[in-house]
Amino acid sequence: MTTHNSRLVHVAQVQQVAREIKRFELVSLDETPLPAFSAGAHVTVTMRDRDHVWRNPYSLMGSPLDAKRYEISVLRVPQSRGGSAYMHRNVGIGSVLEISAPVNQFPLSNVGRKHIMIAGGIGITPFLAMLAQIKQDKRNFELHYAVRSVFDGAYFDVLRAADLPNVHLYRSDRGERIALPGILASQPLGTHLYVCGPQKMMDWALQTARREGWPDESVHCERFSAQPSGKTANVKLARSGKAIYVGEHQSILGTFSSDGVDAPSLCGDGQLLHNDHTLSVNEKLTGERATTCATRLDGGSLTLDL
Amino acid sequence: MNTIFKPDTFRNDFTFANSPAAIKRFPFPFCEDTYTYSLDMEPHVAGPAGSVYEYPIDIDDHYVSDMADRAHVLKDDPLRCQAFPHMMTAQWDLLELLMTSMARAYPHQFTLHRNGDQWHWINKTLGIDDKFRFGDISTLSYEPMEYIARQCQGDFTLLDQRDNNLWLDGGIATSQADWSLDFSLGMNFMEWHGAEPVAHDTGVSDHALNSLLNVQQNSPVRRLNWTMTLNPRLDNSPENYDIWGRDRATVTPANVGDKVHLRVELQAVWRLPRSNALVISTRTYFLKMRELLTQPNWARRFPRVLKSLPAELVDAKGITRYRDVTLDWLNPYDDGQATPTGCLFK
Repeated sequence: MTTHNSRLVHVAQVQQVAREIKRFELVSLDETPLPAFSAGAHVTVTMRDRDHVWRNPYSLMGSPLDAKRYEISVLRVPQSRGGSAYMHRNVGIGSVLEISAPVNQFPLSNVGRKHIMIAGGIGITPFLAMLAQIKQDKRNFELHYAVRSVFDGAYFDVLRAADLPNVHLYRSDRGERIALPGILASQPLGTHLYVCGPQKMMDWALQTARREGWPDESVHCERFSAQPSGKTANVKLARSGKAIYVGEHQSILGTFSSDGVDAPSLCGDGQLLHNDHTLSVNEKLTGERATTCATRLDGGSLTLDL
Repeated sequence: MNTIFKPDTFRNDFTFANSPAAIKRFPFPFCEDTYTYSLDMEPHVAGPAGSVYEYPIDIDDHYVSDMADRAHVLKDDPLRCQAFPHMMTAQWDLLELLMTSMARAYPHQFTLHRNGDQWHWINKTLGIDDKFRFGDISTLSYEPMEYIARQCQGDFTLLDQRDNNLWLDGGIATSQADWSLDFSLGMNFMEWHGAEPVAHDTGVSDHALNSLLNVQQNSPVRRLNWTMTLNPRLDNSPENYDIWGRDRATVTPANVGDKVHLRVELQAVWRLPRSNALVISTRTYFLKMRELLTQPNWARRFPRVLKSLPAELVDAKGITRYRDVTLDWLNPYDDGQATPTGCLFK
């Protein structure tokens, strides 16, 4: 089953690109082209394994100028909820995956005059798409990419071999560090900063930018932490009289689609919104409306007018 | 489909009128007998055959005269079509959205052949047959937005998304209900809705902005917006207020039926794939008060809504001077019977 805004794709290629990272190449099941996307966009991959459903967002790392195939890279995270391990273990050439339409929460600024990209580890992926776009548009940029070692960092060798001006590579096993204060101190007006990597690195980069006096509007980061899970809960639908059980890793909307409930939703797939940013603070306080894709219950039960 | 295009005018002698079939498909926007201010956005999915929702982009029997009126406005005032340089990708996105939608929905009128970036567009109705390279503006006679909007009904606004806001950074507006693209260009969502009464107090503006920021690719949304207009004048622009503003003093009991119009905008919003911008298409439909009477439930509901409209909205919609005379004219046709709940058009 797919939701109205998702599609099935074929895995055309799988490649180990670093110690714990695999690259998957996804193509259309038929002749219809995959939707065009903008640099920085991600798709949410839905994985189903008997009782388990995982929905993980992955950046599209291929060139936005060529949507014949999508490319994603998946870091296997041992302590995760299991989606990335499933991708590594169960998905191979010929597998069929369900993906959402592309969503971009990490776009290049259309008005920026220069673009500074700071990547750590798997955080390199959205920047590979951005590099292709920036090259096409002949925009001004710098990329700083730090890896733990050459074995851990995907595409490190590719970037080193390409020897592009303005691409700077760092290996922390050799004690190399991104000298961010210096980089940020000497940029022209209208420069935008983009950060994607481990949480600690992003916190450090955002704090450094603030300390250097950068306006929030010019600083962007991609957060790919999964939606927090919640306690299990029972939801009653007043109009239809149905009762629905929401598991700890499910959203209310997610259970609707598997229980055949037609709920109004504009987000289509709640996992695409990392949080509920749709309702205003006021609406949240009164509790008269709820976004079923993101809202979690603190246990107990909820009744919806559906 | 064998569409006969009506040679109507939207200015001077105002020969515009709806055919009986066009009245039936008019998007009557009121779902209850009293007025409530709300956003009411819903997914822009295909509706029943023949309805204005059948296809993503609705082309009707006024297509040719509508496009002639747009050409007239643009000739007099080129500033009705503007976009900042950073919106060029969004312009191409819009051209793709409209060409593919129109060709799929109306294959007898429009054809699109695509071979990589070599595109071939045929508009039989307007006698246009052009080959161009997608992404290369030197191969088109206008910039992409103007090129395609001269061949598609409805106004279009292009919104850049940044700083958790939407910026009106491009658009074409020749059939607008009293707002100016030239004046609003470059403003953010809250700035260009600043004049809207009620919306701010009720949180509707915040909610609208948040909903739009989250509109996703392949999942367009829509809503109906309404006001009233004297004469079927598409170009109700502030730039030409000196031409149409004085009409407000000319409504009499004798001319309400033909002069006073319900003006409904079908607003649809798409996320554009390459630019990550949004486009809002604003498609205007007119209904004469005389035409309203042909649908008994509309004739009951509309005066009831008009009566319940808060004073600040009466002013904001610019109908203060002729609301009462219109109500007096409509009231005899409301027999007091109950109306069915919910939407009254298909």
